[in-house]
Amino acid sequence: MAKRRIGVFVCYCGNNIGGIVRVPEVVEYARCLPNVVYAEGSLYACSEEGLSSIKAKIAAYGLDRVVVASCTPRTHETLFRNACEEAGLNRYLFEFVNVREHCSWIHMRAPDEATEKAKSLIKMGVAKSYYLEPQEELESEVYPEALVIGGGVAGMTAALNLAQQGLKVHLIEREKELGGLLSQVNKLFPANRDVKEIFDPLAEGVKNHPLITIYLGSEVEGVEGFIGNFKVRITRVEGEIKVGTIIVATGGRELKPIGQYGYPTVANVLTQLELEGRLKEGIDGWQSVVMINCVGARVTGRFYCGRFCCLTAMKNAILIKEGNPQAKVYILLQDVMASGVEAERYYRRSMERGVRFIRYDPISPPQILGERQAEGVKVYHALIGREVILPAQMVVLTTPLVPQADNERLSKMLKVPLGSEGFFLEAHLKLRPIEFATDGIYLCGSARYPSDIAESVSQAYAASAKAAIPMRQGLVRVEAITAFSQERLCHGCGNCLRVCPFGAIELKGSERGGKVAWVNAAQCKGCGCCVAACPNGAMQQRSFSDQQLMAMIEALVEEVSSGP
Amino acid sequence: MNNSAVLVIGGGIAGIQASIDLANLGFQVYLVERTPSIGGRMAQLDKTFPTNDCSICILAPKMIECASHKKVNLLTYSEVIEVEGRAGDFRVKILKKPRFVDMNRCTGCGECVENCPRRVPNEFNLFLDKRKAIYLLFPQAVPHKMTIDAQNCLYFLKGRCRLCEEVCLAKAIDFEQEEKIVELSVGAIILATGFDPFDVSALKEYGYGEIKNVITGLEFERLISASGPTSGELERPSDKKPPQVIAFIQCVGSRDVNYNPYCSAVCCMHATKEAILAGEHYPGLRSFVFYTDLRAAGKRFQEYINRAKEEYGVTYIRARPGKITAKDGRPIIWYEETLFKEGEERKVRKMEVDLVVLCQALVPHGSHQEVTRKLGIELDEMGFIRIPDRLSRPVDTSVEGVFACGFCQGPQDIPDSVIQASGAAARVAELLTVERM
Repeated sequence: MAKRRIGVFVCYCGNNIGGIVRVPEVVEYARCLPNVVYAEGSLYACSEEGLSSIKAKIAAYGLDRVVVASCTPRTHETLFRNACEEAGLNRYLFEFVNVREHCSWIHMRAPDEATEKAKSLIKMGVAKSYYLEPQEELESEVYPEALVIGGGVAGMTAALNLAQQGLKVHLIEREKELGGLLSQVNKLFPANRDVKEIFDPLAEGVKNHPLITIYLGSEVEGVEGFIGNFKVRITRVEGEIKVGTIIVATGGRELKPIGQYGYPTVANVLTQLELEGRLKEGIDGWQSVVMINCVGARVTGRFYCGRFCCLTAMKNAILIKEGNPQAKVYILLQDVMASGVEAERYYRRSMERGVRFIRYDPISPPQILGERQAEGVKVYHALIGREVILPAQMVVLTTPLVPQADNERLSKMLKVPLGSEGFFLEAHLKLRPIEFATDGIYLCGSARYPSDIAESVSQAYAASAKAAIPMRQGLVRVEAITAFSQERLCHGCGNCLRVCPFGAIELKGSERGGKVAWVNAAQCKGCGCCVAACPNGAMQQRSFSDQQLMAMIEALVEEVSSGP
Repeated sequence: MNNSAVLVIGGGIAGIQASIDLANLGFQVYLVERTPSIGGRMAQLDKTFPTNDCSICILAPKMIECASHKKVNLLTYSEVIEVEGRAGDFRVKILKKPRFVDMNRCTGCGECVENCPRRVPNEFNLFLDKRKAIYLLFPQAVPHKMTIDAQNCLYFLKGRCRLCEEVCLAKAIDFEQEEKIVELSVGAIILATGFDPFDVSALKEYGYGEIKNVITGLEFERLISASGPTSGELERPSDKKPPQVIAFIQCVGSRDVNYNPYCSAVCCMHATKEAILAGEHYPGLRSFVFYTDLRAAGKRFQEYINRAKEEYGVTYIRARPGKITAKDGRPIIWYEETLFKEGEERKVRKMEVDLVVLCQALVPHGSHQEVTRKLGIELDEMGFIRIPDRLSRPVDTSVEGVFACGFCQGPQDIPDSVIQASGAAARVAELLTVERM
């Protein structure tokens, strides 16, 4: 075996490590390990002095691998890699051993054992470092044009923001007009502004912007490629368009509650969106209206809350009361969803206008009275504890937005996931709400989850920021520690492809015939799922190869078996 | 004229996210934070709903990403003192308070903290324990540098001690450090000043401060947190024993015309999370949530509530308790349920529990009035930043070039805050690109 020149630097971290682990003893031990030509203790390896010392020793001792035993790679790996690079060593010839979290902190009351464990971990790190190989960090170009799928309020907002940043945008809408769900709506809470006030300037801005190309009556037919370099086929457009990023803004649709409360056969039972249509036509003068909330929401099979349905019901109830202040308007509901300042104020306002709220128990839901025509609603009034009968010239069912019917098709084309309820699934519910795990594809509006106008617009801006980042930078850095398939060992079972969260693996024809896995390094994040899933050991990961991991295990086992 | 620089005020999750996005968009960012570390309220939470992710574990990488970004200039322990100018051309003065620690030398090892003889109430843990006069705000603080609290340091109070200086191997202590004024020229400003918990002692009927085993939601977060004052043991204040029955009271100071008429937006969910965490930690523990409306309108929230009910036996009672009294140290909740089963008797009921958690209203941060006054931006009648056109411009304030994201512009949860933060970055990019063109 070839000789290596490995240097080991053990950090005291003041007393954090040095107060428990006997660092001088560990340094002596490290110095005697195979291929180690230099070892030292460092008061703070991460300080200016500590880093200078590492760089100086790389030069003085001709080190070709560096092992630092200190704290956590989460915070310090980049720092030490940079130091290696500055000293002329490839940054991937560095190995991190954590003797703080894994030794001195967790075994604070057992200094002897902590010291022995530090030795073992360093021995393993040294053994692995022997097999480390230099890696290259590649950069790939980002084509500075974006595709926005969906021409509703979210899609239009995102497109306009990107264009205003000077980026070219392709906006696709499957209908013949822009607007999406918004164009069917009458007024918007909380100020009950006319939809036109929001819609017209936005649509005009989009239509007149020289950097936005609009494709009406069109759908995405196929997508290939990865961040920076997607090729998209669109119906009714010849050839492909090339884009660097994609924003999904396909929205949702109102649930039509077929078979519930006589819908759609009973003529005066309608949905909120259908009511909006009538209000838009100027129809009013109702004497008595009952609205039933949570129809098809918060039920078995569709657990989620429609988020803004309570406010929609309040809005339409207020408008009916404005049309006829004498009208009796009841909203039957479970909980009033009116978070924040404005929504809560809107709720109060609706009560002040005389809209009445009755809490019903979903176990005994309201019943429509009347045969061909709804004449009233019978409901168990949970606050007064008995059944009441309410007059109803019209019954309005408040239903949630549901996922678009073709979400699955689009999700497969883009290789991005859907959640169990059928909406698109973001990378992380909490901190990455408008990104997909796959780079270069973003999400906003009700395609993600039912969102009102203000929320859709916020999300559209956010998605636009995320999409603009790689386009404005012009380049994306590709992860160096990626997986690769060894073709001669691959049987083409496809396990790797199924577990890859980033859509980075494809099955391709091999020279020997049959299919083999192929990893697109530009999409791979180096998570290692495919490596674990491969039954043949064909899939390997750079810097975590079987050979490297076996070397670590062997180093540990040898230690144990030669012990007392 | 400096079109390529942006000032972000507030280093919580919204300010951090806005800074990262702006920096990645190519802007030079100055992130100003009043305390010695970025992280904000999210750093104080134990876990987050509805995924039960450890809060600091998902936040810390963002904090590090933000601080180590080449285009982010972190100004911690600093405050905005003056703002002039207009969109595209603001001139800002920032006061950098002295830490009395040389940031270039301090390695954050903690030797000084070990040796500091002065113990003072720990604000990060809501005064449930003590810290030293030289301190790290919390274990994962960024920057990972110490600060001397001059108001409590023996040397500053009595002219002697300097033990920290003696033991510091990095020679980082600098008692001569003075405050500094930094002048900046920026094209846009993003506000992300967050919230404060409402002082619930105003609601005398709930006995906070009088009855030992009545605590607040944020105090609960610190108690159940592994890095908190009790290392994650939920000790009730009276006898340090873990509770067997907990009551969570919602809308304490929220949705109440006497205090804050609005809904604080996150309390139904954080109470549910806290009940789940308590149930996970102490199998057999029972939780009761007294609510007004169960507001669970976010993605996966209803599923989370169902899980609380089914897996952890959490009981939700629709009632706003009238008062809390105590008998032998055990709180008693007086309430009337407002959802009746048919034929059920209606009466005021009493429930004796081991611990009461008041889910307090959340109000605009104390610092925010002064900052917004300096910027000349309008507030709504609740003190949140007014957004003149929420439907079309949800992150634009009343002053052009000044944007607001997160809780400072209205109650919202973490995902909505990071969405607005990224959205504010997009609006800045739009503004400053148009200016440039």
